[in-house]
Amino acid sequence: MSTEVASIVNSDPATDPATAPSTEVKWDVERIRRDFPVLHQTVNGKPLIYLDNSASSQVPQVVIDRGSVYIEQEHSNIHRGVHYLSQKATTAYEGAREKVKRFINARDSRECIFVRGATEGINLVMYGYGRKFIGEGDEIVISAMEHHANIVPWQMLCEEKGARLRVIPMNDAGELLLDEYDGLLNERTKFVSLIHVSNALGTINPVKEMIAQAHKYGVPVLIDGAQAAPHMPVDVQDLDADFYVFSGHKMYAPTGSGIVYGKAELLEKMNPFQGGGDMIKTVTFEKTTYADLPNKLEAGTPAIASQIGLGAAIDYLDGIGREQAATYEAELLRYATERVSAIEGVRIIGTAKNKASVLSFIIDDIHPHDIGTILDQEGIAVRAGHHCAQPVMQRFNVPATARASFAFYNTKEEIDVLARTIEKVIEIFG
Amino acid sequence: MSELNELYQQVILDHNKKPRNFRKLENANYTAEGFNPLCGDQLTIYVNVAGDAVQEIAFEGSGCAISKAAASMMTQAVKGKSKEQAEKLFHEFHSMVTGELDEETEENNLGNLKIFAGVRDFPVRVKCATLPWHTMHAALNQQDRVSTE
Repeated sequence: MSTEVASIVNSDPATDPATAPSTEVKWDVERIRRDFPVLHQTVNGKPLIYLDNSASSQVPQVVIDRGSVYIEQEHSNIHRGVHYLSQKATTAYEGAREKVKRFINARDSRECIFVRGATEGINLVMYGYGRKFIGEGDEIVISAMEHHANIVPWQMLCEEKGARLRVIPMNDAGELLLDEYDGLLNERTKFVSLIHVSNALGTINPVKEMIAQAHKYGVPVLIDGAQAAPHMPVDVQDLDADFYVFSGHKMYAPTGSGIVYGKAELLEKMNPFQGGGDMIKTVTFEKTTYADLPNKLEAGTPAIASQIGLGAAIDYLDGIGREQAATYEAELLRYATERVSAIEGVRIIGTAKNKASVLSFIIDDIHPHDIGTILDQEGIAVRAGHHCAQPVMQRFNVPATARASFAFYNTKEEIDVLARTIEKVIEIFG
Repeated sequence: MSELNELYQQVILDHNKKPRNFRKLENANYTAEGFNPLCGDQLTIYVNVAGDAVQEIAFEGSGCAISKAAASMMTQAVKGKSKEQAEKLFHEFHSMVTGELDEETEENNLGNLKIFAGVRDFPVRVKCATLPWHTMHAALNQQDRVSTE
């Protein structure tokens, strides 16, 4: 929590009316929008309304500029040159790692491994930890709302090792059944991997409690925070997460950036993910000794510009205030839910009590693809499809949904256009 | 919205709402499943071929208005045709929606299937319109005989 918000919460409105908490959200969205050049264009002759932030968010000018400065003035390979530019590049790259450490409150920056994104992060843990410590007859617990990135790697591992995948079910609102989760944990459970915020439904899972439950059995837990990191403060120590992964491109950084956080003692005892340069101490044809953390898990030349961009995106989020951004997004979600669910024939998929700013919906007898095409003609970008979460679609017995996902640069006026265009869709299909 | 009107013409909307030959064909001797992993559209085409003629053709599945209407109108168009004619129609349809065939000036047998010409202005929707045709093509060629017992 930022000090600014803390001071408001701690002040006494009776004695200090100037700092009394206000129900009005203070958020200068027009100023924020000016930071994002991509938003200022027309699509099919209409102003772009970008509501596909869960798929990938836009990049602010300061992040673009930081990447450009690196490419124009600092580009070189990291960790391997005595020359000036290599040192500049290494300093910028390792500086980004320090920012990530603060962003998620890791104990040590060595616990923050740069990867291409959340998918690569989960695969890194599956290869490095799973293949070493999970064997025949062991069980891995995931949830019914995982996206493919947190299903397929574990299925691959189960197939290879003869382990078993167990799935925590969810209710019709899209909330995990925690009693069932408790029943799935036992002495055979060797790993738990859970989505923090559902990309398809918006549900925020009570991962802190779920981690504590797994720890009673001594089971390590990976949290897939791809949709959480952009929307809420994340504190890996408070959560007591063993692993935490997220993607940069869903939190205002370029594609190709992302993080695996892991507790140092777990990262130490894992196998490397990929072999190659930068992850070694010495190599002979007889034997290789691996580098210390974090390099042991970062083979080859990484996406230096993208990871430096991730650092700049963290600075940007700190600058605008993560708590305030989350409060504004919560208000957008409330407003959009009210507007869209009032339209006859529309059903919201994912009605958990605790949700991030994701609105998945279907319209009676109209396929989400057709909704997506018509919205696109009005300049509105939404995702139409299964959101890489086919089991979630099967659970709700729908082939696909349309999904509007909001960021702190979206406006209520954009939501009004969305609602009006949904009405138009229904009109066209009569 | 003119391109949109071109895409979602009344006939297409009607076939979406009331798809023709939308059922399982119990006596089908050729069948294939079509799937678009990008969007989750899924359909099964059932064909009953006697001699060289497509005696009956039907489909089941779920998909968008474009894929459903394309499947519905395809079944009407190829019923009674020879396998060769059906394949030729597939080729013409594919060429039209990908913009390689001008259905107004070049010779073709597309008839009322020309209504799908507007799809070419929506490149991401071409797969929706062609999925049933690709699936029929697979059914006719894989000779995956379904027991009629």
